[in-house]
Amino acid sequence: MGVPIRDFIKLIAEGKPLEAVRRIKEVNSLPAVCGRVCPQEHQCELHCVVNGKREPVSIGALERFAADYELAHDSVALISGNTAPISNGATPSRNGSKPSHDLRDSKADGQKVAVVGTGPASLTVAGDLARLGYQVTLFEALHASGGVLMYGIPEFRLPKTIVAAEIDKLKLQGVELRNNIVIGKTITIDQLMNEMGYGAVFVGSGAGSPKFMGIPGENFKGVYSANEFLTRVNLMRANRFPEYDTPMKMGGRMAVIGAGDTAMDVVRTAIRVGAREASVVYRRSDKEMTARIEDYRDAEEEGAVFEWQTNPVRILGNEDGFVYAMECVRMELGEPDESGRRRPTPIPDSLFIMELDMVVMALGTNANPTVGQSTPGLTTNVAGHIVVDPETGATTRRGVFAGGEVTTGSATVILAAGAGKRAAAAIDEYLRIESRSTTVSAVQ
Amino acid sequence: MARILKKRSLTPITSLFVVESPLIARNAQPGQFVMVRINERGERIPVTFTDYDVGEGTVTVVVQEVGKTTRMFSSLDEGDEILDFVGPLGCPAPLLEQGHVVLLGGGFGAAAILTLARELHSGGVEVSSIVGARSKDLLILDDEVGAVSDHLYVCTDDGSSGFHGFVTTQLKQLIDQGNRFDEAFTIGPVAMMRALAETTRPYGLKTQVSMDPIMVDGTGMCGACRITVDDELRFACVDGPFFDAHKVNFAEAIVRSKMYAEEEQLSLSLDKAGG
Ligand SMILES: Cc1cc2nc3c(=O)[nH]c(=O)nc-3n(C[C@H](O)[C@H](O)[C@H](O)COP(=O)(O)OP(=O)(O)OC[C@H]3O[C@@H](n4cnc5c(N)ncnc54)[C@H](O)[C@@H]3O)c2cc1C
Ligand code: FES
Repeated sequence: MGVPIRDFIKLIAEGKPLEAVRRIKEVNSLPAVCGRVCPQEHQCELHCVVNGKREPVSIGALERFAADYELAHDSVALISGNTAPISNGATPSRNGSKPSHDLRDSKADGQKVAVVGTGPASLTVAGDLARLGYQVTLFEALHASGGVLMYGIPEFRLPKTIVAAEIDKLKLQGVELRNNIVIGKTITIDQLMNEMGYGAVFVGSGAGSPKFMGIPGENFKGVYSANEFLTRVNLMRANRFPEYDTPMKMGGRMAVIGAGDTAMDVVRTAIRVGAREASVVYRRSDKEMTARIEDYRDAEEEGAVFEWQTNPVRILGNEDGFVYAMECVRMELGEPDESGRRRPTPIPDSLFIMELDMVVMALGTNANPTVGQSTPGLTTNVAGHIVVDPETGATTRRGVFAGGEVTTGSATVILAAGAGKRAAAAIDEYLRIESRSTTVSAVQ
Repeated sequence: MARILKKRSLTPITSLFVVESPLIARNAQPGQFVMVRINERGERIPVTFTDYDVGEGTVTVVVQEVGKTTRMFSSLDEGDEILDFVGPLGCPAPLLEQGHVVLLGGGFGAAAILTLARELHSGGVEVSSIVGARSKDLLILDDEVGAVSDHLYVCTDDGSSGFHGFVTTQLKQLIDQGNRFDEAFTIGPVAMMRALAETTRPYGLKTQVSMDPIMVDGTGMCGACRITVDDELRFACVDGPFFDAHKVNFAEAIVRSKMYAEEEQLSLSLDKAGG
């Protein structure tokens, strides 16, 4: 990820957590989030220099510590952004209650940038551009901000106060937040640029569209997508029905299909809201699962049962249309496929029935189609993802940039944040060139 | 937040609200809907709008009390704010540009066909509107719909006004009498939409229904609103709400619409007990 880990650890060891955070934030704007949700064992810890000799350094835990320390102790960081130069390691002075202008560019002042969505990609873009002096507005379709960090990842793994703190920071930096606005519907990108004076737009609308398996019985009552299940609980508080109005069927036997981060979040949430039995059904083995090891261990400890090398073939419902069982087949693993993981194939005569009241599909997501469909000149690929230059996030439409899962499909927080970082730099460059050329043409 | 500018009681259980919402009004098109959440603990529900006015910056919705959320909505007054009011969502109704279209509306849908009728009528399409209710005092906005239709047919189940019978029976009679329609559109309860599909199927009359499944986000993110059309999975909030009635799996849609029947009953009775 290009995170300066060596410097970072050194600064922590020297007792300078605030400086450590600043160093990290040069490449990752959301350390308090990443420290909790990023799969460090696949990313930095895998490449840790002490790996093999000893247990790798717990980079995630250190990142989390430093970032939390900052949230608790450094009110200036909240206001002045985070790459403000710091002198000789002393706590920065607290009289700087105004944004630090050192890095601001007067040309940027007043130029408006619209950012679609409030997931990690969008939050990163907003923070970076606000710090450079742009007037940034975040537009979010839902009533709550944070994207998947808010409606998907549960409280026990990522406390919502952390997400709220990131958003408050942006507000203090002057970022405007407008919820309940669906770009492409309430306001189109053409309207943002042609009528509302936004010089550039960043689209970080995520890969919100859930996949289903296409097996018989998937529309019986009690079959949910992971997004629906998690949204009902995290965003709508269905676990507290009838105090809250959104209902949810809970308390029975459930299974989640898939073994990524989402599946672990679902099964652990289900256990917390009272599932009597909770299983994870995955067609490959524990070696191929994509979930973070830490979450897998936690899920197991909390009582989740893992049915490895098992694939559902149909879901069975009773005469009222409620799920009562799922028929599955056992799988064996052959040669590696295109993904480099061993290809699962069904074992003959291995069908069996699991009795269940709820099935949750955690199979990944497709791109959210709304912005692509409503924006002339914006090219999407066959999978529906917005086509971008990966270095800059530039789309086929001038002045429109995109990043995060709307361009890649299901991925990770750190990848989305990284894409946001690159896009912010590219937007800054684009607007500088634009403003220069408009000045020139105004003079002529 | 969206402020209620005007409220008008249409029947003892139905109210009309004019809501200040200039952004939604500006991009609204016939057949679209808004997602509404009344308060912090509330559920998000879809409401098809009945009208919109770009000049005034308003969106009009008609709410019929059926569960807790619609009951809370109905109890709001002029000047009150609706916590979340998001739209316009879904695809616009795929209306014909010429010919003769018949629109059928039942329940709150009798009001919701107003935008379709106006759009078609102003574009020079011949419009026949059939609106129905259980009895005369439950009919809503029939004058307004009539004003933008070439022909208006009123039906009541008890015969207290107009045709004695269902809107679908009235349509069948009109077709049998030799009236020719190029397409039918309907907004209303799912049982009525299924009845319409069966009414028009033998005549080969192309029919579009506005599906109204349970929704959570209304933006395509959760799949709660999935329905089966022509054996394919579709999300009503982004792919619809209008679908070809002859291809919709209504049996499944009706079963799914009752997913939380018990919970809805509980909510409603607690709400009533609480005043
Ligand atoms: C349950 C779950 C657990 C996960 N766990 C992990 C983990 O542990 N570690 C990890 O690295 N990754 C994890 N991920 C993946 C990670 O959350 C995503 O990669 C990341 O959030 C993608 O960020 P994004 O900025 O692209 O968009 P998102 O976070 O998807 O945000 C997009 C936002 O845009 C809004 N939006 C969409 N369309 C519009 C529109 N038209 N107008 C306005 N707003 C719009 C949406 O409402 C949403 O708020 C998990 C995902 C899920 C679902
Ligand atoms: S309501 Fe969630 S996808 Fe349609």
